Amino acid sequence: MASSQPTPPAATTSAPAPKRRVGERRKFLSAPAIVFLIAVTQVPFAMTIWYSFTNWNLLRPTSTGFLGWDGMWRNFSRILSNPDFWTILWNTLFLTGSVVVLSFVFGMMFALLLNRPFPGRAIARTMLISPFLVMPVAAAIVWKFLLLDPSNGLSAWVFRSVLGIQSVYLVEVAPMLSIIGIVSWQWIPFVMLILLAGLQSLPNEIVEAAQLDGAGPLRMFVNITLPHLRRFIEIALLLEVIFVLSVFGQIFVVTSGGPGIQTTNLPYQIYLEAFSSFNIGRASAYGIFAIILANVAMILFLQVVRRHRLEGTS
Amino acid sequence: MIRSPALRWTLNVVTLLLAFLMIFPVLWMVLTSFKTETMAIAFPPQLFFTPTVENWVQSVFNGPLLEFMGNTALITVGSTLLAILLGVPAAYAMAFYRTERSDGSMLWMMSTRMLPPAGVIVPLFVLFRNFNLLDTHLGLIIVFAGMNLPLVVWMVTGFMEDLPFALIEAARLDGANLWQEFTSVLLPLLGPGLAATSLLALIFTWNEFFFAVNLTTRDASPLSVYVSTFKSAYGDLFLAKMSAAATAAVLPVLIAGWVAQRHLVTGLTMGAVK
Repeated sequence: MASSQPTPPAATTSAPAPKRRVGERRKFLSAPAIVFLIAVTQVPFAMTIWYSFTNWNLLRPTSTGFLGWDGMWRNFSRILSNPDFWTILWNTLFLTGSVVVLSFVFGMMFALLLNRPFPGRAIARTMLISPFLVMPVAAAIVWKFLLLDPSNGLSAWVFRSVLGIQSVYLVEVAPMLSIIGIVSWQWIPFVMLILLAGLQSLPNEIVEAAQLDGAGPLRMFVNITLPHLRRFIEIALLLEVIFVLSVFGQIFVVTSGGPGIQTTNLPYQIYLEAFSSFNIGRASAYGIFAIILANVAMILFLQVVRRHRLEGTS
Repeated sequence: MIRSPALRWTLNVVTLLLAFLMIFPVLWMVLTSFKTETMAIAFPPQLFFTPTVENWVQSVFNGPLLEFMGNTALITVGSTLLAILLGVPAAYAMAFYRTERSDGSMLWMMSTRMLPPAGVIVPLFVLFRNFNLLDTHLGLIIVFAGMNLPLVVWMVTGFMEDLPFALIEAARLDGANLWQEFTSVLLPLLGPGLAATSLLALIFTWNEFFFAVNLTTRDASPLSVYVSTFKSAYGDLFLAKMSAAATAAVLPVLIAGWVAQRHLVTGLTMGAVK
């Protein structure tokens, strides 16, 4: 493991003795950052677990009790026996999975298209990354009112004048698909950028050698490009999973989790439990599920990063 | 790779066309922001019209938008400065004084960036309530600094590792202490890198909504919270005015992103892809 071997800094080789002494003190320069991060991220994290043991409700000040395993059991059994929970969990996974698949397909396509020198390439690239930069709630507003609105939106024109059918409000007809579409639109550039970086790091000699061997474009893609891209694909998709599991703004603006709970995902449910029902205990129990899901993807991601460092390609 | 010029040109045109389609919602928003309200809901939608700046005057410059943008600016600058203040010394230690634990610390920092906000929002809310941080700029500055700190550490560590250590050694031979070494040698060389890092922090902070909507009510609410209020009955705006406000909210980050394009991948992948 890379971390078990002390990596000598570039400088210790040139002046070991004085550097060692300076280093004894200066390595602690990272302490403030670490302490701050523990306070801002790890303390709340631990408190979430603690709260999930309680039946604390902000509306009932007497109910701040720590109930130990009983409290946790109560929170979790109530969540698990509620059929809504399974719908919400499914919504979260379905939304994330669909966005990942869609953005991978289109992201790969755009990356391949951009990986050729052609006039206007810089402009195309700039245009293609833009959706990712748009504030998610603003993107949601634009899609909801300017594009998908059944009477004033551009989609009304597409339905009536281009397709010649009655205008349909997609958000009402297919709420989850609308959310998936909007979120995918924003995340395609993310995947594209990472895969493009991967494509551009593919050594030219390898490409030329394969061409000399008479490999066609398809065989080249399957046998050379894809294996080289593997790490980039893993990194892009795992990071995307982590962040799309937390999608909130688009749902908040476009559907408010509805109709019913058709587009409620875990973050939106936690928001409702905490800030509409003020049920701290149950919101925290839901929070545990959000953390578990993100951690699965995170552990896989860190493994990819570690493996990559071991291979010494960095 | 592709020999036939006809196919090559077709692909070029298709690429540009698809790129145009991807950015189209943004362009449509900008276009609508210069229409009159009647023009904005005209059927069929109008591509050519006499532009008006009325919406911009009314909903951007005379509306409450600037106040929210001021909040966003304050929170963004404050949290970025705090993250840089804490992160640059840490990056210095990571780049030049690595120990067995450096790799572990770095991975741990990455992992904090990946915590789901929904998993920590309840305790943050309770803590904020107890410390009177709800609906304050300082509160969001602290949270966003925590969000951007890992970004600063991994980006700046990368930039520092690229510097020739001989420069630092030369400064030390001249008797420079840590502060002098930092201000006279490192800072000038790190300038562009720090600028790129700040731009990335700006992008993440400016667009953040989940913490913002749950930890503020009005006084310290950033722009994203204001934009989200359009969701019900268009707020008190109509399509064109709403578009002007949304354009004003989106533009700074679009520009920041276009400028920092080169560093976007490193920033987004936590240094896993350079």
